[in-house]
Amino acid sequence: MQFRLVKKPEITQRQYTVIILTAIALALLTSGLFILLLGLNPIQVYLAMLNGAFGSTYRLEQTIIVAIPLVIISLGIAVAFKMKFWNIGAEGQVIMGAFFASYLALNYQDAPKPLLLLGMLAAGFLGGGLWGLIPAFFKARWGTNETIVTLMMNYIALKWITYLQYGPWKDPNSMGFPKIPNFTANAILPNFLGVHLGWVIALILVVIMYFFMNHSKKGFEIAVLGESLNTARYAGVNIFRTILFSMFISGGICGLAGMIQASAVGNTLSVEVAGGVGYTAIITAWLGALKAPWIVLVSVLFAALVQGSSYIQSAFGISAASASLIQAMILFFVLGSDFFTKYKVVFGSEFLTRGKEARE
Amino acid sequence: MNTVLTVSFFKAAIIAGTPLLFATLGEIMTEKSGNLNLGVEGMMLMGAVVGFEVGYVTNNPLLALVTAALAGAIGALIYAFLTVSLRANQVVSGLALTIFGTGFSGFLGQGLIGLKMSEGFISNFQKIKIPGLGDIPWLGEIFFNHDILVYFGYLTAVILGLYLYNTRKGLNLRAVGENPAAADAASVRVTRYKYTHILLGGALCGLGGAYLSLVQVPVWQENITAGRGWIAVALVIFSAWNPYRAILGAYLFGGLDIIGFRLQGSGIVISQYIFDMAPYLMTIIILVIVSFKKDIKNAPPKALGEPYFREER
Repeated sequence: MQFRLVKKPEITQRQYTVIILTAIALALLTSGLFILLLGLNPIQVYLAMLNGAFGSTYRLEQTIIVAIPLVIISLGIAVAFKMKFWNIGAEGQVIMGAFFASYLALNYQDAPKPLLLLGMLAAGFLGGGLWGLIPAFFKARWGTNETIVTLMMNYIALKWITYLQYGPWKDPNSMGFPKIPNFTANAILPNFLGVHLGWVIALILVVIMYFFMNHSKKGFEIAVLGESLNTARYAGVNIFRTILFSMFISGGICGLAGMIQASAVGNTLSVEVAGGVGYTAIITAWLGALKAPWIVLVSVLFAALVQGSSYIQSAFGISAASASLIQAMILFFVLGSDFFTKYKVVFGSEFLTRGKEARE
Repeated sequence: MNTVLTVSFFKAAIIAGTPLLFATLGEIMTEKSGNLNLGVEGMMLMGAVVGFEVGYVTNNPLLALVTAALAGAIGALIYAFLTVSLRANQVVSGLALTIFGTGFSGFLGQGLIGLKMSEGFISNFQKIKIPGLGDIPWLGEIFFNHDILVYFGYLTAVILGLYLYNTRKGLNLRAVGENPAAADAASVRVTRYKYTHILLGGALCGLGGAYLSLVQVPVWQENITAGRGWIAVALVIFSAWNPYRAILGAYLFGGLDIIGFRLQGSGIVISQYIFDMAPYLMTIIILVIVSFKKDIKNAPPKALGEPYFREER
């Protein structure tokens, strides 16, 4: 059959929403077929996931706790991605932020609580930011492939924490068990309305980043640089400094998430402090179209998927890895759906008649 | 150092480098068609888990390897459909494939953790000494006394090199990666070339993963690849998209992979965890060095990462 592709004119916001929602529905349908293959009823499983994520106040709080780092890290990743700097080093930046913050938490445990917590937040930002600066420098100076460098740095950060946990920072009172001592109460973020203060920090960041990306000169320069290097150059953007600056912000925000996870969730530093959330946040940032408000929505949905999956693990015996499978499936379908926002397929006969109409 | 620079160390480096070699060759083939597939880690994990599962259940090594390669190719098919047919962003599609493959192997592998392949199965991958070559002092033992898949690795690299540089089809493939519009005008079927080589590349990645889970480790553990897929992506740049140079790169990194463990045995007091950073650190250093000198011989395929849309010429 003859067919060809034709570019569509700009589509409306409404058409766009319909296409995205169709993609998500198809992803859930495909995952549902997979569940069916396992011999389970997909509707029951999905309902159980919803129940596991939102079914009680406690479960809702747990979902929010999972969503907090996703929101924050996605905001950080969005800054880099907007510049088309493929920072997949969020995981490492989270870890290094947690490491810097933990240094303060473990060495200045007698400092006044507000002071210590603020210091830890600053240290977390600095740690993640510096870790992000390294690949940014290589990229800006020599054009070194940032995807691989940021990723390699994740592994280095992870090995570094492993080294600390098994070596110099090992708790002498843990009877040989390799763990870093717990933080004192001074270094742990307090709860506010049932969930640790991280959610407030996340929401403040959403507002700040919304204005930074949409209404500031730097945010505009980052977007221009992402669109075209040459346009940015002609517009007089200092490319070297913009890359370094935005990666410091990007990594720094991820580092903040590291501080929050170590302080409020782990109550100490461990190799589990990031636990893969730096990778999941790449999906949420992308699906949120790199826009702060959407990122919140997508992150909460993904957190619900994670919580729902760990619930169905006990209820149905399905591996919790099913969460990342469904997440990847949604990403696949949304990536694919983008095509239908830009092009339409015209089949042979229709194409010919159209051509005729045009000629007449 | 005496316990490090030994014949047995170099020999082990070859083994550790074999999964890297398969994956690097697979990614070279993919990138030569103009597509950057960052899903290598995911495809390796898919191959590793499917190969292990099939091998464990059927005890049939050939079936295990073939299904592993198929698993990698299926992962690549998802990527190819998204990026070639639907023109989705290649970087994000590749990342999505890695996330998918990680989830897939975690899902299938949950019940396999800690299981070991049977002795009978492992004996299929006994060392075979090549007559003549295997008797060369030092080198014979290092290069020519290995299991069959190591030899298959050598062979694949040479075949891919000959294919790329000495055949008509290889020339067409390179044209597709450099300038798809020109290739199209010369009636090379761009889409077909892209699909074929992305899928073959995925199959090689799957095979690399299976070597890891079936021969090198042969015990299932979660995330068994531990970033090797990403190192392979870097090795493609290191080898300047040249399969012959990929051999060198893969075995060099195979050596780095095991050096921490070796040094530990030699009584050096630095923590093993610090040495475990070596392959990742070296990858960064090499990438930076490669990016210093930009010459045409080391340049990536010109159309790498760009979707080809005939109507937009």
